[in-house]
Amino acid sequence: MNGHRFIHDNYGSKRQLVFLSIFAAALFFLLLTRLWYLQIVKSDELQSQSESNRLRLVPVAASRGTIFDRNGAVLVTNRPSFSVAVIPQEVRDRDALLERLSRYLEIDRAELLDKWEKGKGRARYYPIVLASGITRDQLEVLEENRLWLPGIEIEMKPVRQYEDGTLAAHLLGYIGEVSEEDLKKDAASGYNSGDYIGKSGIERSWEKLLHGRDGGRQIEVDARGRVLRTISETPPAVGSSLVLTIDAALQKQAEKAFGEQAGAAVAMDVNTGEILAFVSNPGFDPALFAGRMPPDKWKEYLEDKRHPLENKALKGQYPPGSTFKIITALAGLEEGVVDERSSSYCKGAYVLGHNTFRCWEKKGHGTVDLKRALKESCDVYFYQLGEKLGINRIAAYARKFALGAPLGVGLENEKGGLIPDSAWKEKRYGKKWFQGDTLPAAIGQGYVLMTPIQLAAMIGAVANDGTVYRPHLVKRVIDQEGRVVREFKPEVVTRTSISPRSFRLVKEGLLAVVNEGGGTGGQARLYDVRVAGKTGTSQVVKQRDKRGAIPYQYRDHALFVAFAPYDRPEIAVAVVVEHGEHGGAAAAPIAGSILRAYFERKSPVGKPANADSAPPGGEEKGGTGESGQEMTKPAPQGEE
Amino acid sequence: MIDRRLITNFDWTLFGIVLVICVVGVVNIYSASASYTIVGTPFFVKQLYWIVAGLLLVVVVCSIDYHLLEDVSYWFYGMLCFLLLVVLVVGKTSMGATRWLHLGFFSIQPSEPMKIVAIMILARFFSNYSTVGGLTLKDLAYPALFIGVPAALIMKQPDLGTAILVILIACSMFAYVGVRLSAFVTCLFAAIPAVYLAWHYYLRDYQKNRILNFLDPERDPLSSGYHIIQSKIAIGSGGVLGKGFMQGTQAQLRFLPEQHTDFAFSVFGEEWGFVGCLVLLLLYLFLIFWGLHIASRCNDRFGSLMAVGVTAMLFWHIVINIGMVIGIFPVVGVPLPLFSYGGTSMITSMVGVAILLNISMRRFMF
Repeated sequence: MNGHRFIHDNYGSKRQLVFLSIFAAALFFLLLTRLWYLQIVKSDELQSQSESNRLRLVPVAASRGTIFDRNGAVLVTNRPSFSVAVIPQEVRDRDALLERLSRYLEIDRAELLDKWEKGKGRARYYPIVLASGITRDQLEVLEENRLWLPGIEIEMKPVRQYEDGTLAAHLLGYIGEVSEEDLKKDAASGYNSGDYIGKSGIERSWEKLLHGRDGGRQIEVDARGRVLRTISETPPAVGSSLVLTIDAALQKQAEKAFGEQAGAAVAMDVNTGEILAFVSNPGFDPALFAGRMPPDKWKEYLEDKRHPLENKALKGQYPPGSTFKIITALAGLEEGVVDERSSSYCKGAYVLGHNTFRCWEKKGHGTVDLKRALKESCDVYFYQLGEKLGINRIAAYARKFALGAPLGVGLENEKGGLIPDSAWKEKRYGKKWFQGDTLPAAIGQGYVLMTPIQLAAMIGAVANDGTVYRPHLVKRVIDQEGRVVREFKPEVVTRTSISPRSFRLVKEGLLAVVNEGGGTGGQARLYDVRVAGKTGTSQVVKQRDKRGAIPYQYRDHALFVAFAPYDRPEIAVAVVVEHGEHGGAAAAPIAGSILRAYFERKSPVGKPANADSAPPGGEEKGGTGESGQEMTKPAPQGEE
Repeated sequence: MIDRRLITNFDWTLFGIVLVICVVGVVNIYSASASYTIVGTPFFVKQLYWIVAGLLLVVVVCSIDYHLLEDVSYWFYGMLCFLLLVVLVVGKTSMGATRWLHLGFFSIQPSEPMKIVAIMILARFFSNYSTVGGLTLKDLAYPALFIGVPAALIMKQPDLGTAILVILIACSMFAYVGVRLSAFVTCLFAAIPAVYLAWHYYLRDYQKNRILNFLDPERDPLSSGYHIIQSKIAIGSGGVLGKGFMQGTQAQLRFLPEQHTDFAFSVFGEEWGFVGCLVLLLLYLFLIFWGLHIASRCNDRFGSLMAVGVTAMLFWHIVINIGMVIGIFPVVGVPLPLFSYGGTSMITSMVGVAILLNISMRRFMF
C-alpha cells in the first residue's frame, strides 16, 4: 500500500472542507426557499390548479320546455341530436382521420380542420366538437367504422324539434349556441360556451322558464381525461312548458292565405287580448339555426327581398293608411267637429295653401257623410276633418288607443310605431308643424307608423267599445306534470273613454266597408257572420312617381283591419301585405280567410252553404237592419 | 483483511441514515406506482431487491481496502473510456439516446461507473500532487483532460445530465484541493465561449428546448414544459402538511411524468408537504455533512479526496434532481440518489456509500 501520507500536510484542506460545507448548506437552503415559496406562499393557487386538473364539471343540459298551442297541440319539443367530437391527444394520424370523417359525414375536410384548430388550447383530453346535427345514417356509418376512428367520440344532446316546420317561426323563434358577446353580459350568467340559449321569439323572451336549470356532474379524471368517478351530481330541472294563445290550425290557415306574399297578420280575441294567430310571412326554418345552417340557405334568407328573417308582425312599422281614419273619425265625433249628418264635398282633391291633396278617387266622391266616407274611404272628407281637428287632437285620440308605444306583448324588441304631434316634430326636426303635415296624418300617411300588433289592438278596442287589452301570446305556464304554474289573465292597457255612440257610428261605417255595395272591403265578407273592417293602402313612394310598371319595392303596402261578428265581436284581425298595392284586393281576402277559418273551427256545422241559397248575413244573430239586405255581391274593388 | 477493528469502527451513523432514506424512498415508490397497471413484480418490490443487492455490494466493497482502488484506477479509467467509445458505435438506442451496452445476458451503461472512476482517477492524481497556494491553470491541465475526454463522450450519447455531473464532481474536487483565484477567474471566462459553442454546435434541439422551457415553462405548456408545470403544481398543492400518503391527486391520477423515477420527489412533496420535504432535505444534508466529516478525519490524501468526490457526486445528484422538479433547474434526467426507482442509480449510489463506509472504518489504520 502506498499513499500513507498525512493529509494535514496540505494547509488548505480543513479550510476547504469548511468552505464546501457552507456551499452545500447554501444550495440546500436555496432548495428549501423554493419549496417554501411553492408549498406555502403559492400553495393555494397551486392547490386550485391541481383541483382543476383532476376535477371537471360536466354540464348536464336541462331538457327544454315544450311549447303548446291553445288547444294542447305540440308546437315545439325536443329530439336527440348527435355530434362528433375528437380528443386530439388520442389521435395519431390526423390526416387519415380527417379524410375518413370527411367521407363519412360529407363535410369538407377544410371545415373539419378549421374546427379542430379552433378547439385547440383547451384542457388536454377535452373533446372538440367537429360536426353537430349528424343524421342517423351518418351515425350508423360512424358506429360501424368506430375501429378506424380512434379519438372520435359521439355525443348526444337534445335539440329543438319544430313540429310544423316553419309554422309561426317568428313567433316561436329559435335557439342557438350562446354567443361570446352574450356570455359577457349579465343576461347570460350561468351559461357556458356551447350552451343553447333562446335567440328570438318566444324561445328568447321566455328563455328563463323554458330553459330549466342545467344540472352538472363533478367528475374526477386522470391525466388522460378518463373518467374515474362521479364526485357529486346535481340533476337538471326540466324547463317549464308554455301554452300559447295561438291556435295552430288558425295559424296554418293564415299563413296559407298569404301564399308567396310578404306581410304580417295578427288575429286577436277582442275580449281578452289573446293573440290567436301571429303571422310574419315568409317564414324560415327555425331548426336550421340550432344546427348546421347550410350556407346557401343562409344566403337565400339574406338575399330574399321579402326579408324572411324579419318579424314583421312585431317590428314592422307601416303607415296605417286609411285604417287610421277610424281614429280620425272617432276624434271628430268626440270633439263635436262632425256628426252623422254633417257632410263634405269631394271633387277628387283638396287644396290647402299651395298644396293639392288628392283623393284616391280622381273623379271625386261628391257629397259624403261619415258613413260613406268610411265605406268608400274618401280622403277629402278626412282631409277636411283633420284640418278642423288639428294634429294634436288626432294624436291625443290615437294615444287613447295606446298607440305610439310598444304594447308589451312579451316579445323582445317590440316596436312602438309613431304618433306624431307638433311637439314631436319640433323636437325631432326642429321645425314647426304645418297644417300641410296634418292632412296626410289624418289619413294615416306621412309620419304616422303602426305595427300589425297595434293595428289589431286598435281594431279590437273599437270592436269592444273602447277597452285596449294587452295583446299577449302565453296563456299559461305548466310544469312537467301538466300542473298550471302561472295563468295569464286578460290585462287592460287602457280604456279609451270614448262614448259608445261614437263607436256605434264608426262601426256602422266599418260594417258598410265590407258588406255594402261600393265598400272597399267586400272581399273580407263572410256569408254567415257579419264582418266589419277597414281597408288601407300606405304609400311607399309619392303618388306622382307611380307610372307604368312599378318595381316591387316601390309598390304600396296593403292593409286591412277587421272584427267579427259585428254584433258581439269575438275576433279582431289586422293584415299587412307588403307591396300588396290595394288593401281591399290584397289584404282583405287574407283577413276574410282567417275569419272564415276561425268561425269554421268554432262551429264546423255552420260551414258556408251555397253562397246563393244562404240568406245573407244576420242568420245567427238576426242582423240589425240595413247592412244585411244590401249584401248581394262582393262590391267591385275600389281603393283610396 | 477483515480486522476486528474494522467491525468496531463500522460507521453505523452513515449506514443508518442511508437505510432511512432508502426506506422512505421505497414507501414513496409504492405510492407513486400505485396507479400503474403492473405486470409482474411491482416497482417497490424491485426497488427492495436493488437495495438488498446494493447492501451486498457494500459488504463486498467494504471488505477490500480502498487503497487498492488507487492502484487500479488508471486501468478502470482506460477500460471505461473504451466502453464509452464502443457505446457510441454499437450501443442500443432508446428514447433518442445511446447509453446502453449489451453484454449478452446483461446490459451496462458505462457512463454510470464513469462517475466513480472519475473520482478515483482525480483522487489518485491529486494525492501525489502537492501544491502551495492552490492549483494553477497549468496544474489543472491534466485533470481537465482526464475529465474532458469522458465528459465529451457522454455528452455525445447524448446524456447532458451525466456529463454535467461528471464535470461538477471534478470541479468540487478541484475546489477541495484549492484553486488559485487567477486560475478560477480564467476558467470562468473560458466557460462563456465554451457554453456558446456548445449551444450552437453540440446540443440537440430537444436539449435546447428543455433549457428554454425551463427558462419559460409557459412557452410550450402541453409538451415538454408540461412536466415542469405539473411537477410544480404537485409540490405546491401539497402545502405545509401534504395531502397524505397515497392521497396525492397529481401523482395518483398520473399528471406527473416519470413519477417513480426522476419525479419521485414531486410525489413525495405532494403527499408529505413542506414538513416532509424539510425532513428529507435535512436527512440528505446530514448525509453530505457526514461525508465531508469522513473526508476530514481520513488520514490519507487519497481517501480524503475519494470521500469528497463521492460526497460531491451524491450532493450534485440531490441538488440537480430536486432543483429540476421544483423548477429551478432545467429538466435533465438525473435521479434522486437512494430515493428514485432504478437499479443503475441505486447501485452507483450504494457503491459511493460503500466507499465512504470503507474510508470511514479504516480511519485508524495506517
